[in-house]
Parts: sequence; C-alpha cells; structure tokens
Amino acid sequence: MAEATQLDAPASAEKIAIDGFTEEGENLSPFNEGTVQHGAKKHSHGDAPVIPEASRGERLKSYKLADFAPLNGREEDWRFTPLKRLRGLHNQPLTGTGPTVEVTGATNVLVETVGRDDSRIGSASVPDDRVSAAAWEAFTEATVVTIPVETVADGDVQISINGVDEAPAAQHLIITAERFSKAVVVLDHHGKTTLAQNVEIVVGDGAELTVVSVQEWDDDAVHTSTQQAKIGRNAKFKHVVVSLGGDLVRMTPSSLFTGPGSEVEMYGLYFADAGQHLEQRLLVDHAVPNCKSRVTYKGALQGQDAHTVWVGDVLIRKAAEGTDTYETNRNLLLTDGTRSDSVPNLEIETGLIEGAGHASATGRFDDEHLFYLMARGIDEKTARRLVVRGFLNEVIQQIKVPALEERLTDAVERELAAGNI
Amino acid sequence: MSTLEIKDLHVSIETEQGARKQILKGVSLTINTGESHAIMGPNGSGKSTLASTIAGHPRYLVDSGSITLDGEDVLDMSVDERARAGLFLAMQYPVEVPGVTMTNFLRTAKTALDGKAPSLRHWTKDVKEAMSQLRIDADFAQRNVNEGFSGGEKKRVEILQLELFKPRFAILDETDSGLDVDALKVVSEGVNREHSKGGMGTLLITHYTRILRYIKPDFVHVFVDGRIAEQGGPELADRLEAEGYDRFGTPAAASVDAPAGA
Repeated sequence: MAEATQLDAPASAEKIAIDGFTEEGENLSPFNEGTVQHGAKKHSHGDAPVIPEASRGERLKSYKLADFAPLNGREEDWRFTPLKRLRGLHNQPLTGTGPTVEVTGATNVLVETVGRDDSRIGSASVPDDRVSAAAWEAFTEATVVTIPVETVADGDVQISINGVDEAPAAQHLIITAERFSKAVVVLDHHGKTTLAQNVEIVVGDGAELTVVSVQEWDDDAVHTSTQQAKIGRNAKFKHVVVSLGGDLVRMTPSSLFTGPGSEVEMYGLYFADAGQHLEQRLLVDHAVPNCKSRVTYKGALQGQDAHTVWVGDVLIRKAAEGTDTYETNRNLLLTDGTRSDSVPNLEIETGLIEGAGHASATGRFDDEHLFYLMARGIDEKTARRLVVRGFLNEVIQQIKVPALEERLTDAVERELAAGNI
Repeated sequence: MSTLEIKDLHVSIETEQGARKQILKGVSLTINTGESHAIMGPNGSGKSTLASTIAGHPRYLVDSGSITLDGEDVLDMSVDERARAGLFLAMQYPVEVPGVTMTNFLRTAKTALDGKAPSLRHWTKDVKEAMSQLRIDADFAQRNVNEGFSGGEKKRVEILQLELFKPRFAILDETDSGLDVDALKVVSEGVNREHSKGGMGTLLITHYTRILRYIKPDFVHVFVDGRIAEQGGPELADRLEAEGYDRFGTPAAASVDAPAGA
C-alpha cells in the first residue's frame, strides 16, 4: 500500500528519556535465541535486520502452523519477547491438558464445550503469529459462551481458568454476544501453566460486551493469549487486560470493526515485579467507516529486570472514513533495573477521518517526588503507594464493573505489599 | 511558644564530579513562633541550602552544627518526621507528582501530620475556602499535584498547603520568584493570614525586597558566601533595596559558586 503513512514515533513531548533506553525500545530482547548482540554497538539487531511489514494489515494470517516460519526472535512481533522463557510454546508440541475452565455467574447465558469440528470455531479469529497458530492446531475442545439474542446477562460471566501443571498446552475459548445482547465476561487466570491460548470474541450488531482478562498466575507461569474480537454494526466492545502474575505473559488483543457505528475501548493495567516479562501488543483495525476507538494502557514496574512491552497498532484502512481513534500508554518505573518498551503505531490510509492520535510516556518515580510528599509529613511507604495507586486507578476506574474494580484495587495493593513498596 | 534554633551550621553538597563543596560555613539563627525573619542575599549565598537542609533534603550534607526544635534534634529526624514536628518548606520548585490528585494528596498529608483523618465535612469546607482565598480554581482539586500548573499556580498551591497544614515554622524558599504583582499579593496575604494567628514562625527567603512590602519581617539576615554577613530589623531590607548587595563584595564573587537552585 503505497499511500500508507506510517507514523510510529512516540508523539508526546512528555516522554522522558531514560538511560539505557532507545527512544522506541528498538533493542532486541537480550534473551532471544540466535540473537548476537555485538557488545557495545548500539542498535545491533544481530546478523539480520528486523524488516517490519509494509503495513500491519498485511501481516500473515493462517490457521496452519506450517505457514509460519520458526521463530528466531528477530521478527517484528517477537523482538521483545524472551523466546527461551516461552518454555517451548513456540517450538514444542502443545500436548498438555492445560488449565481447567469453569464458567459461573450469569444464569441466562449458554455455556458449551465443543469439539474442533464445531461450526463456530473460527468465527472471529485467524491466528496471526506462530504460537497462536500452534495453539489453533493443538486444541482438542473449546469452551463456548453465548449471550443469546437480545439477552442482558443477569450477572457477570466468570470464566475461571485454573492451571494445574506446566506441560505446554493449548486452549480455545469463544465468547459470542449475539445481536442486542449485553454482558460482562471476566476471564480469570490462576495457578501454574505453560499456555498458548486463543480467545475468539464475536460482538454482534447492537451488542454491548465487556471482556476482562485478568492474569493473576503463579510466579512461574507462561501464558500467551491472542484475543481477537470481531465487532458488528453499532456495537460497543470494551476489552480490559490486567496482567499481574506470571513469569512471562504475552497478550495480543485485537479489535476488528466489520460494521459502521461501533465503539471500542481497550484498557490495560500491568504491574511487573523483578524478573517478570509482561507484554501487550494490540491492534485496532478500522476497516469500515465511522467507528471510534480509545486505547489506554498503564503499567508500573518494580525490581531488577522487570520488563514490560506495549505495542499499540492502530490501522485506519482506506474505507474507514470518519474514524475517531486515540491510544495512549503510560509507564511508571518505580525502581532501578526495570525496562519498559512502548511503541505506538498509527497507520492511516485515508485522510477523511474525525481524529487520530497517540501518546506514550514513561517516567520514573524519583527522589524528588518522594521528598516532596515526605516533606508534607507522609512516610516513604505511603508516599510511594499513593503515587502508584493513583496512577493505576485511572485505568481501574474506567472498567466500570464495581465488583471488579474493588478486586483490582485489592490486587494492586497486594502487588505493592509484595514489592515492599 | 516554640523555638527553632540553628547553631554554627556547616553544610556541603557533593558535586557531579564527586567532590564535596561547602555551601554553608557556620550559620546561627534563632526563630520563635510569632516572629517573621527574612533571609536575603545574592544568588549562591546559601539561602536555599539552609531551607532545604532544615527540611532534610538528602542532597545537603550537614558537616557540623545543629538544628533543634524546642531542644529536639531536627537533624536526627527523617524528612516526614520533620514535617510532623511542625516544619514546613514552601518549595522554590514544587515538583509534579503523577497520578495523585490534589484532593487525595492534601487529605493524606493532613492525616499524616495530625495523626488522624480530618473530619470530612470541615476539611472539605476548609480546603474550598482556602482555595478560593488564594484564587485557585476549584477544578485544581481534581488535578494531579502540580501537574501542568503554571509557576504562579504552583506557588499558590504551596501557600494553600501552608494554610491547611498550619505548621509551627514555615520556611518560604523564594516563594516570590516568578510571581506577578497580583499573585504576589495573593500569596503574601495567605502567609500573613496564617502568621497573624500567632502560632507560626516564618522564615522568608528571598532575593528581592519586593515581597517585603507585603510581608513585614521582624528581623532581616543577609547571607553572603554561606554566612550571615549582617543582620538587623526591617530597616535593613530598605537599605538593601536602595543599595543592593554590592557592599558585601562583588556580585560576581558572591554568585560564582552558585549551584542551581541553591
């Protein structure tokens, strides 16, 4: 697409330069296999350069694992991920039984467990990376949650996903909000796991669906999750990622507009402790006219080698006239030794839009903040918590599911307590 | 009555090259509640160093001397303990604190200072009143601390805190710098309101005599090169306004070692 304009500079003047960081976090993960980092040479990408796709819309999509080349860590969409810590998700058969799935809550929704041949498999998603494709080939049965036509769920739908072992496994879920239905679905991930997951989300015409994916895994869990939503006409979709626990969590949510007049809000909250890798790569695909999207991800990092990645791709295709989009990412570095990569990408193929913007800022919680708050009588611990709480609450408040807000506030408190902050 | 006593204070900082540089070279000063002291002096004379040292900023290293508050060793207290003991520093460059609203900050600080949460009804009213007297827009309450505030707004918010926290000793570090005449008046009125209640001692640090038209000092101390070069009553300020700092040495000599913000 010759006319595509790729604007991938973090646009905000608020961005703060941090020692050891490239402006867009371009350095490859030092953990990647096959990557030769040439000592002090800056911007070394190993032997082969990273060649990004000409357009995010042209990324390979396929149900077949064989269509994707084995990963070497230099791929645009894997360059930040420490492949060695995927514990085989990218190069081992996914034969584990995987976490258990239990659906509770709303009584007027339909919950089924179906085989691979069910007609609804593939109704929203096509894998667009190797691990997602591997999971697609490997899963044996899928959990399907359906909110029937014109039904308002009589409570939040809780999908409890509980990992019991670390054998590499695949999992498949489908959430369908049929036309004019309304529901909140919470995916709750706990326990230990090595999991490659695909979640298909169908938002029917006029439906209002909120999907919240909470990752509160045990410390050593490995989880990749592709959550693709296909959004109909005049629908509202809210997607929330909350990543707190796990050794490596890589979320790749996407929203594809297929009918005009729809709105998407995508939120993320992540809190990385020492050694944790929390990655989120999202895509908003404005393929049709007059849709609106808002993306807000916020993360806090504490402890040696806490690493977060946020890549936000927004694609406004030629047909998507009247698009209104804005995405923002904020990171708060609480201690030394942390690393946060933040890359907003906006690709625009038509000028006939309402608005398009993005912002990214990564800042430190520094000694001057601490001095200021302490000089007002606030003890150090309270001062630090005050800042982190306030920072993350901005996202929590947007979720607008009261029970969940309370739970997440508590979860943030636990993180703060665990990090001795 | 309380007394803040500074005796033969020597303070240095570590330079970026790792060397230690002496800034205060023996400062002695006694302030009682109800009194208003002005510290004046050219850039680099150590005025702000004194303010930051009293508040406990980690950058300033006390080599010798003492600071006591009613006999209690202030230098032995952490930054927050000093604040709770009744010391308040209105900062020259108030920092922006991301993610924390003014409302939340003020209430948390008040709770920490008093050892108990303020009564919600009275507190909200007090905050509103103080804000309106300082001509701070009501919507500032929901904004993050100092984030996006202009220089003048930041200074007004410092004085707002002074009025709400009611310290025993208020140290105003060049609160007047960067203020236009109207803002200067508003800020000075705030300080005077609190001072006139009689329970507060004020240490006003300033480069210019301008603010002394609105806040009348009982005592004036002139800092030059880390020492008090001269002290007297309010008449000394008038003399400085007329003559400047020249008679204390060349301005170049007095400001040659000026560390930023000190």
